Amino acid sequence: MTVGVIMLAHTALDRASTVARYFAQNGCPVMIHCDKSTPLEDYENFVRSLSGVKLVSFVDRVRVDWGTWTLVSATLKASEALLEKHPEVQHVMLASGSCLPLRPVSELRDYLAQHPKTDFIESVTTRDVRWTIGGLDEERFHLRFPFSWKRHRRFFDRYVALQRRIGFRRKIPRGLIPHLGSQWWCLTRSTLTSILEGPRRAEFDTYFKRVWIPDESYFQTLVRYYGRDVESRSLTLSKFDFHGKPHVFYDDHLQLLRNSDCFMVRKVWPNANRLYREFLRPAASRKPAADPNPGKIERVFAQSRLLRHQGRRGLYMTSRFPCQAVSNRLTAAPYSVFQGFTDIFEDFEGWLARVAGGHAHGHLFAPEGAEFSAGATTVKGGLTSDAGLRDHNPKSFLTNLLWNLRGERQSFQFSPRDNQAILRFIADDPNAQLSVITGTWALPLFHAGLDAEEARKKAAYLQRVEASQLEILQSPHCHARVRIWSLTDFLNAPADHLQLLTGDLGLRSQRQLTEIPRLKNLEGFDDFLINLRNAGMQIQLLGTFPQEMALRQFHSKDPQQVAAK
Amino acid sequence: MRKRKELTPVSTRVARVQPNDLLLFCTLRNERARLPYFLSYYRRLGIGHFFFVDNGSDDGSREYLEAQPDVSIWTSRASYSEARFGMDWINWLLLRYAHGHWALVVDADEFLVYPFCDTRPLRALTDWMDALNVKAFGTMLLDMYPKEPLQQVNTEEGENPFDQACWFDAGNYSVSVNQRYQNLWIQGGPRARAFFPDNADQAPALNKIPLVKWNRSYVYASSTHALLPRDLNLTYDTQGGERISGVLMHAKFTGDFPARAAEEVVRNQHYKDSREYRAYGAKMSADESLWTPWSERYVSWRQLEVLGLMSKGSWI
Repeated sequence: MTVGVIMLAHTALDRASTVARYFAQNGCPVMIHCDKSTPLEDYENFVRSLSGVKLVSFVDRVRVDWGTWTLVSATLKASEALLEKHPEVQHVMLASGSCLPLRPVSELRDYLAQHPKTDFIESVTTRDVRWTIGGLDEERFHLRFPFSWKRHRRFFDRYVALQRRIGFRRKIPRGLIPHLGSQWWCLTRSTLTSILEGPRRAEFDTYFKRVWIPDESYFQTLVRYYGRDVESRSLTLSKFDFHGKPHVFYDDHLQLLRNSDCFMVRKVWPNANRLYREFLRPAASRKPAADPNPGKIERVFAQSRLLRHQGRRGLYMTSRFPCQAVSNRLTAAPYSVFQGFTDIFEDFEGWLARVAGGHAHGHLFAPEGAEFSAGATTVKGGLTSDAGLRDHNPKSFLTNLLWNLRGERQSFQFSPRDNQAILRFIADDPNAQLSVITGTWALPLFHAGLDAEEARKKAAYLQRVEASQLEILQSPHCHARVRIWSLTDFLNAPADHLQLLTGDLGLRSQRQLTEIPRLKNLEGFDDFLINLRNAGMQIQLLGTFPQEMALRQFHSKDPQQVAAK
Repeated sequence: MRKRKELTPVSTRVARVQPNDLLLFCTLRNERARLPYFLSYYRRLGIGHFFFVDNGSDDGSREYLEAQPDVSIWTSRASYSEARFGMDWINWLLLRYAHGHWALVVDADEFLVYPFCDTRPLRALTDWMDALNVKAFGTMLLDMYPKEPLQQVNTEEGENPFDQACWFDAGNYSVSVNQRYQNLWIQGGPRARAFFPDNADQAPALNKIPLVKWNRSYVYASSTHALLPRDLNLTYDTQGGERISGVLMHAKFTGDFPARAAEEVVRNQHYKDSREYRAYGAKMSADESLWTPWSERYVSWRQLEVLGLMSKGSWI
């Protein structure tokens, strides 16, 4: 049983030479086609480097233009020459100059001897599989492509657009069903002979001359037409990356490549000395029966694709800066924002930390500086509480915090007193969950014991800020999940509302809260509000005020009893 | 262009440059102690030829470089600040010698780390970028510091500066787009936190694009922070994905830093009246360290990738 190799080379000819010599020394006839655009001097050196090697021959050079018929034409010429020169060849393997055998030739020979009639060629219908990156699946077969994609891109694109517009459709030769697949196949002599000598070859060739990237469809389609026993997989490991270019393999992929059990790999970096040394060394058979299994390393490619395509959510860095409009997740993890709770409850953050765990920060955007959980001034990642650094770029501050502490649930407090620059960003972020009690800004003013005029000024300012907050949070463009209560509504049943919130937090607790935070003393607050109003302030956001009665009633109850109720 | 007159060749071996060589460009002043490690680091990555502009060293840097077989050196006694902090000189050398080459532009205290740099030479990266037609490689300057106060640190000649300055800040960098050049503008790290908390907008820029497949129509607009034409600065993805990127490890905070900062304030040749060095002088007392309990200790590029300071992009 003899395997012949067709090698298409154009660069890194010294490596191509090494691999060709390896195959020949292991009894495989090699037919080489070298691209005519390779400088003559390099080509002559290449030929000279293999001059003493019996089983290696060269076919006449054709100028190969990527994506066009020239590549198929070169392959056909080499196939004809190989079959004619070496009648003993039973299987033919197509390789490039940057392919590297991963398993000893003896294993390949044994494997093919076990499958003497099988054609190994990835070959899938255009309907079933999105083969290409960036379009032109079925249209490859229906349109004409007279312009080079690489050199005359503008003409190429315009001509495709024109044909689409006028609804042009070429006729596919009767009996052919278009198939696509990896260019790197291994076919039986009989199938290859059928393709080369079939009665309709001229018809098929004429058709495929105008198909886009025929090297991925000519053999793939014709094998289905002639072949009887087609295994739709390649013995060569070859993967395309995010950009539609073949992945390149380096020395550090040695183990990965060994594990694939594939017979060949494309493509190897020419300077990957260790790979060439290891895989071309005469080796004892390792796993004679193993089937090629590129799936074993598929994970690596999938991860790479995901990283390049989606990246790590919530990360902003040198090479990832998603614009707000395209990203459906602006931050690394869900988080909660509470407004007004610290004004009405004693040690709300402490309570939150106890029931919810994670990091319950205070007012991250307080004017004096960020209040990190547990009073820290620096958190993981070296993020400091410094107001100047934070306010220089509040968005980076928040995204950094969420990224640094990802994996731990985070919440923080917010207020009209805080730096408001961050609010629009939060409102845009589906990871954000805001719970707002409006009107609570009045409570600290009440506790501060300010004189009426000063209190009125401050209250008017805070109310104005809160009104613009609500405009943002109630806009249809707000992607955050938002709950809003007025102060009076919330105080009517604080325990029920807190219960609701713990549900939002996705906590351990669909169960009943056993502890609710202690309400701050509100004795005299209603009088304060009346004074505020009498000083000329129009109070809007506390709820349907005056509700002095409701508040008075509420004071008389012990909050712990409310919880128990 | 005018600035080229300020450059005097000291010893040029540019005839030895091969068409495919990776080139390194660097302006320096009094870096004698760092040079052996610097050269060996970049030779190991595969730099084929070094281009230095010596801005008036008096510590033997020039003589040391003259003796190196793969180094060409020019000298300029002109003002560093008037030559836009050496960039005019470097732009001239790039124009003259780098066309068609991958060029790396770094300072003598900047050390490039890229994905797989422990197993693949720089040529593997540039070949890969060539195949994808990527012209520029973005990095972030990562300030490294020792745990001890700087006065107590002494890096011997030829020694890896990061043996001692092995700590860094992992997650306190602010990022925004600079509309003028479309490049990212990154600030933060220990310098921002220790020296610029009250004027954060003046903290040094850490975004750098040091590795470029040079073309004579390109020019560095502002240090290595930004290039023209502008689209070279788009080394980042705006649709959520990650492009490839690296880190320039910055060996600024080593034992000689306090003395150097004092000298630079007197010379007053740095950006915006050397305000950075003034800030160091004002904020950094002799027994202080930049270290915090949250500082990370450098292990490998993979650690930097996991922390989100650099990315493999689609390189496997």
